[in-house]
Amino acid sequence: MIDQIKDFASWFFVTGDPLIYGADVAIVLTMAAIVIVLTYFKKWGWLWREWLTTVDHKRVGIMYIIASLLMLFRGGVDALMMRTQLAFPDMKFLSPEHYNEVFTTHGVIMILFMAMPLMFGLFNIAVPLQIGARDVAFPFLNSLSFWLFFFGAMLFNMSFVIGGSANAGWLSYPPLSELTGSPGVGEDFYIWGVQISGIGSLMTGINFIVTIVKMRAPGMTWSKVPMFTWSVLSSCIAIIVAFPVLTVTLALLFLDRFLGAHFFTMDGGGNAMMYVNLIWMWGHPEVYIVVLPAFGIFSEIVATFSKKRLFGYGSMVFAMISISLMAYFTWLHHFFTMGSGADVNLFFAITTMIIAIPTGVKIFNWLFTMYRGRITITTPMLWTIGFIPCFVIGGMTGVMLSVAPADFQFHNSYFLIAHFHQVLIGGVAFGYFAGLSYWWPKMFGFKLNETIGKWAFWTWNIGFYVCFMPQYVVGLDGMTRRVSSYGWDTGWWALNFISTIGGFLMGLGFLFQVWQIAHSIKFMEKDTTGDPWGARTLEWSIPSPAPMYNFAMTPIVTDRDDWWEEKERIAAGKAPKAKPELEPIHMPKNSPLPFIQSICWFIVGFGLVFHWLWIAIPGFIGVAATMLAHSFNYDTDYYIPVDEIKRMEAEARGGV
Amino acid sequence: MAQTHNRSQALAHAGGHEGHHDLEELRKFGFWIFLITDCILFSALFATYLVLHENTAGGPGAKELFEMPGVIAETFILLTSSFTSGLAVLAMNAGNRKGLIFWLIVTVLLGACFIGMEVTEFSKLVSEGHTIYSSAFLSGFFTLVGTHGLHVSLGICWITALIIQLTRRGITPVTRRKVHITSLYWHFLDAVWIFVFTFVYLMGVM
Ligand code: HEM
Ligand SMILES: [Cu+2]
Repeated sequence: MIDQIKDFASWFFVTGDPLIYGADVAIVLTMAAIVIVLTYFKKWGWLWREWLTTVDHKRVGIMYIIASLLMLFRGGVDALMMRTQLAFPDMKFLSPEHYNEVFTTHGVIMILFMAMPLMFGLFNIAVPLQIGARDVAFPFLNSLSFWLFFFGAMLFNMSFVIGGSANAGWLSYPPLSELTGSPGVGEDFYIWGVQISGIGSLMTGINFIVTIVKMRAPGMTWSKVPMFTWSVLSSCIAIIVAFPVLTVTLALLFLDRFLGAHFFTMDGGGNAMMYVNLIWMWGHPEVYIVVLPAFGIFSEIVATFSKKRLFGYGSMVFAMISISLMAYFTWLHHFFTMGSGADVNLFFAITTMIIAIPTGVKIFNWLFTMYRGRITITTPMLWTIGFIPCFVIGGMTGVMLSVAPADFQFHNSYFLIAHFHQVLIGGVAFGYFAGLSYWWPKMFGFKLNETIGKWAFWTWNIGFYVCFMPQYVVGLDGMTRRVSSYGWDTGWWALNFISTIGGFLMGLGFLFQVWQIAHSIKFMEKDTTGDPWGARTLEWSIPSPAPMYNFAMTPIVTDRDDWWEEKERIAAGKAPKAKPELEPIHMPKNSPLPFIQSICWFIVGFGLVFHWLWIAIPGFIGVAATMLAHSFNYDTDYYIPVDEIKRMEAEARGGV
Repeated sequence: MAQTHNRSQALAHAGGHEGHHDLEELRKFGFWIFLITDCILFSALFATYLVLHENTAGGPGAKELFEMPGVIAETFILLTSSFTSGLAVLAMNAGNRKGLIFWLIVTVLLGACFIGMEVTEFSKLVSEGHTIYSSAFLSGFFTLVGTHGLHVSLGICWITALIIQLTRRGITPVTRRKVHITSLYWHFLDAVWIFVFTFVYLMGVM
């Protein structure tokens, strides 16, 4: 009996690696610390009422951001482990098998559990406020989306201490990801972690499309919509087209593994290329999904800190929408070398190159906005300026990659790794960092420390070039991706070593960011204006942090950059716009169902990973029960009376 | 000044009024977008089926396996249920709660018949040894048709829950929206079935 338990435990828990034991201890200690702190300060009720059951988009946004920063830490540790191994190829810091798990985990976490939630966090913080809405269209669904993401991410993260992680790369190509290639549970963790959170992403896409299309303040015609909101709309259009394909792809892979179906297997008539086509039909748009909102953020920031209207509004909108649509006709550039034939390759090479055009247009628009502007260099502006050269180089190497014949050389080399990190870090990560520091005062009512922020920016930026420029060279020298070691005769060592130094510099940059946040919380200066940057769009017209109902009275929009124009009118001695009367405000009630339902999904996923139906089936029943409970619940909203609004407004404006 | 004031008031009334009415509109619009995503989901499944449908791995293909009379009967049943769900909406618009509930029950029963026949078809295939793991063709077939069946089953549960709500609460703006949405969903599943019928069964046996 004891032996059986031992056997089970050594199979169930990942064993044998000191790094993993370290992680086990860290996890147990962290959990214990959280439980003790919450109990000691009697904060369980607060946590439940104010956060776990909230449907307020601003709080949901904050939870997204916290979760994504934790994931950035985890993905970053993975990155540094890989870089350490590559700097000392003889040291055997990571075994090849462990290395495979680490790069797979790193890729999945960075894209799906870091970039996506950080992006959704910013959607939630900014979009309803920018368009003068009281909330998103479906607050309940919004909270459900968050919790699905959260528990999907937890399921995936568990795999490295329980069962073992996926190791077939972040897109899990078969036959490697089939039972024949990966007999363990790692791939199943991947499938269910990504599937559960992916459904959350899809619902967010729907939610924000409806919000933006239907809930703009009166007077906000399409030509007056702020640029970030436009970028969110284009990103969400891409989401609703791409994510159903991901759902199907993962489901089919699961059927192969669970029921022995033959979609992508080598035998039984399966076709592994079909998987590659399907996954990139999601995967390519996915990179535009994460980068488009960054473009929106840069547009807001450039205009605000140049004290000028954004140059080329129309062309910017056109560029973003066309990128989100064109993204669907480029997927094949990820496998030029897989023998689709010259005509097919040619078509996808050209479509890929065409996307460079709208992207170029945008860069010029930002530059023209800055031209002759009164520029102030704040941290958000620094991230924006740092992004431009980075993205230009990344874009050019991207066009090099899109030349189908040349791709036979670059394919799967470090050249590619350098390219996509250049656009993902320089475009996406820098963009969201910019957005985070820009909207931080709106979220919390105080600014982040500028000095430490600048240190963070410079270490990230320099670290970036030190890390990835050598990789272009070593890639052209023939170093392929996903190798955990190489020989001294290759001559790759020096470049790899430099690259690792750069990686650690970025790690230092992350520490600066953590310090920046901690320091600012301690020594913050409260922002009483609600508009600390002298910004242009509606979210800055209300107090910070925004009251729970956002706008006491629905704003009436007459101009693009409405808040800026209003300030100009007042400064010129004209009368401000008349405000409508206060009316009782209609609010959604909190609900525990999204949280509970997501836990049930987690249970379903966990049961299916281990093929334990006795766990999965109760989970399913829980999901069904919470859905029914929601359908039968008619008591979902309430009104805030006018007196109460008056009181809350006075308090918010009074700054206490 | 007075003019701007009037204009703002008018605008505020045109768009700014919140409350149940707008909420129901939002939900309908959101549901349409959900249907688009569901369309894409089915397109991916159809594409996979069409790519794999000749990969029978030496086993029997569509021609040998499909029995059209049953499928044609299923099709008629589902089409009829779409019609009865339309009658339900008409009854609701006429304010006739009894009629509404009656037609919804008929719709659910027809849906259940459809699912029953599908289950029979599947279990017959399986008992003859043609399962999801026999070949890529059958994997694609069971998954595509099964996903449609799963959607129909969900619809049945959903409409049943709605019938209970209607008996308790009658026709309110909320239940009215729910009826509209479920009937939209039901018609959508009908449309998807037409494609299944054409691309899987008809083209399979021809
Ligand atoms: C903090 C700085 C980062 C460093 C030092 C770093 C390092 C690395 C390294 C060394 C690899 C190659 C693994 C291999 O092929 O052997 C890799 C792969 C990858 N990285 Fe990063 N990374 C960083 C940030 C990011 C970010 C921010 C993202 C996405 C938003 C990202 C996404 C990916 C993806 C998708 C892969 C491919 C994984 C695979 O091959 O399956 N990385 N990274
Ligand atoms: Cu691509």
